[in-house]
Amino acid sequence: MLSRRAFVVSLTASGALLLAPRARAADAAWSVADPPGSTELGPWLLIAPDGATTIRVAHSEMGQGIFTTLPMLVAEELDCDWRQVHAEYADEARNRREDAYGSMATGGSHSIRSSWPTLRQVGASARARLVAAAAKRWGVAPGTCTTENGVVRHRASGRSASYGELVREAAAVALASEPALKPRSAFRLIGTSVPRLDSKAKCDGSAVFGIDVRLPGMLYAAVSLCPVPGGRLGSHDAAGVMSRRGVKAVVELPGGVTVVADRFWRAMQAAAALPVTWETGAAGHTDSAQFAAMYRNALDGELAVARRTGDAEAAMQGTVVEALYEVPYLAHAPMEPLNATAHLHDGMVEVWVGTQSPALATTLAAGAAGVGEDKVVVHNCFLGGGFGRRTMNDELVQAVIVARSVGAPVKLAWTRETDIRHDRFRPQAAIRMRGAVAGGEAKALSAATAVGSITRSLLGRDPGPVEASAVEGLANTPYGFANVLVRCRLLNTHIPVMYWRSVGNSQNAFAMESFVDELAHAAGVDPYQFRRKLLANRPDMVRVLDTVAEKSGWGTKLPARHGRGIAIHESFGSIAAEVAEVAVDQAGAVRVMRVVAAVDCGTVVDPRIAAMQVESAVVYGLTAALYDNVTIRDGTVTQGNFDTYRVMRMADTPAIETYLVPSGRPIGGLGEPGTPPAAPALCNAIFAATGVRVRSLPVAGARLGRTI
Amino acid sequence: MVTLSVNGTQHQLDIEPETPLLWVLRDELGLMGTKYACGIGLCGACAVHMNGVPVRSCQMPVGSLAGVAITTIEGLSTAAGRAVQRAWVEHDVAQCGYCQSGQIMAAAALLAANKAPGDAEIDAAMTNLCRCGTYPRIRAAIHRAAELLRG
Repeated sequence: MLSRRAFVVSLTASGALLLAPRARAADAAWSVADPPGSTELGPWLLIAPDGATTIRVAHSEMGQGIFTTLPMLVAEELDCDWRQVHAEYADEARNRREDAYGSMATGGSHSIRSSWPTLRQVGASARARLVAAAAKRWGVAPGTCTTENGVVRHRASGRSASYGELVREAAAVALASEPALKPRSAFRLIGTSVPRLDSKAKCDGSAVFGIDVRLPGMLYAAVSLCPVPGGRLGSHDAAGVMSRRGVKAVVELPGGVTVVADRFWRAMQAAAALPVTWETGAAGHTDSAQFAAMYRNALDGELAVARRTGDAEAAMQGTVVEALYEVPYLAHAPMEPLNATAHLHDGMVEVWVGTQSPALATTLAAGAAGVGEDKVVVHNCFLGGGFGRRTMNDELVQAVIVARSVGAPVKLAWTRETDIRHDRFRPQAAIRMRGAVAGGEAKALSAATAVGSITRSLLGRDPGPVEASAVEGLANTPYGFANVLVRCRLLNTHIPVMYWRSVGNSQNAFAMESFVDELAHAAGVDPYQFRRKLLANRPDMVRVLDTVAEKSGWGTKLPARHGRGIAIHESFGSIAAEVAEVAVDQAGAVRVMRVVAAVDCGTVVDPRIAAMQVESAVVYGLTAALYDNVTIRDGTVTQGNFDTYRVMRMADTPAIETYLVPSGRPIGGLGEPGTPPAAPALCNAIFAATGVRVRSLPVAGARLGRTI
Repeated sequence: MVTLSVNGTQHQLDIEPETPLLWVLRDELGLMGTKYACGIGLCGACAVHMNGVPVRSCQMPVGSLAGVAITTIEGLSTAAGRAVQRAWVEHDVAQCGYCQSGQIMAAAALLAANKAPGDAEIDAAMTNLCRCGTYPRIRAAIHRAAELLRG
């Protein structure tokens, strides 16, 4: 049975676009066939008579390369011809009906880790069925057949058949038991760098992101949302814009209003011109200084214990060091602003959106349309960046409400300003660290954090006194302090918070790795050697630390006002260490010259894609640490575009060297682990260059110039 | 009526002349490779060529473009453009890919004017933003494209 899938984002390995998206735009049903004559071997894969192999990807491609690396896991065991592989999204609706794919959410650097055993088994099973079909055809034992590049061979008789020839018979084969997986020594694809399956489409303009979806008769919606998150629409004057060219409707939303027009530009102009008043309540009188004081003061109040090892307070003997670290709210700011397209027809709700969670998108769309989840079809698209933001598709809810109201397909898109001001942010936090050193050694560590709860903000649930993401990177520190106390206080403001690349590790690694540096200096020990000693019980981390020290030339002389900083952090199952080298000029301007990263993710699927993820995570972490600060005035986010929420440019980007030092540990994640060490490595380098310790991010707010 | 030449095709469009070229390309002509990301000319995701010169289409009122030739990523066919696209694929520059049409248009224009740009010239010409941080690979791919162009 030919599987018919709507909206296939797929490429052949050679890069030819299999199905032209713009040709499909005219197809009202959005119903497109997979390669002609293809036969399914289970829900994950299809093989065409010519051998073209379609592998379904159950996670979201937002840059991390899983449209290539997940198919590699299948193809490794399948022994197909990689040049004939293309990828397409798995169907969430089918997953609901058949539980075919497991969780399709993308986050927590989990895609490869969670797919590592299952997708290899998918490939091995399909291969075994193809072999069984060939063996039956030839009347030989399956064990006497071999496979290579999409062909089954029986050497003794010289017979061979391609997967394309065998696939219909293979589909009828039921295996008595699941075949064993290859030993690692037999890998031919895993561990090599293959051309990304999405490169060609992303270089010729044909890749379809959510914002590129077009439907016949589609209208466009632009939003005007209450500038104070959680506030309500007071009044609006639709008559003020209805006479504008192309404007079709003004539709109220929870917390805002939207203008619908026949073109997006017209909708956007009208939404900006629409007279509105807002009800903002007490939140409208808050600002960042109040929040900073609230988080700082909370550290002197009641705190919940997240970890207690030994007696940290009793062990605060010798040289006691105390430092307060503060971090701001941060926006995700993916390059593609949030957007979604919705089409309600025939009792169905069909939506197109770049989402990190098709299951949650289904729930949101069903709720907004007032239908059962079985009436929703979510078409995922390429994500123009996610970084956590596209886990909760607020824009999708709005698109469905508007499409339902106007009775036509609607593409709703946020402007950049809306995307930044109505983000769900990385929480603001204050983190107080105390520690003691004596005789050159660390004796005790006490950490306390006051931070917003993501559980409360995102899910509306009571998180209890401690939330794992609030203390990750503190409570589970791998450092061998004999006495550790980690406490927290969860405090939310009206500013919504959510997962931001590396989540709690982003602020906690900054505090921990800056503070370990402070302890090293207090102990009079080199920061690299100090860490090495504290990690004596973690030879795996020492290996990564040694690699980054060696490759960065740690300890070699640098010019005046240049400095190196080192940091190491374990997160998402991987270890990442970074050395940043900076130059700080007399006026205090910081230039990052070079970053050397060493990473142990257990097993590397594709070294080039792995290195790209580390580079990306470093740039993301440096950008935030150097420049970014979401500040609140009158309850409103003051930043709105890339002029006030700065993104690192080519000219600011350091040389980045990545060394992958995989060990035998279980396979780890890679989308996030490179981010947490970036900020502390940077600030430790600034200290080495200037003697100034940056304890409040971003660095842009610090005074690093030479005073005369 | 507004007259516009895009990728060698003339268009007569009944549209407000102040509409930015970006939205005309995307919503009137269906050329979706040119992206919206900031709308204020800062990020370069909407870069196209105007008579071969890179411009930010979100800042170009369509009524001001009579008599000029616009080229988008879909119509990029110069030697420099082809070399850049080939180098981009060779180096697997793209991650999320959203900004890459604009990056490629900027790089193609740079290489059309300068067959062997140095790093400082690349820094000066490549002001487009990329949130995935593909800059080191963009730089390497520009050097590779220059090599391809020199044969």
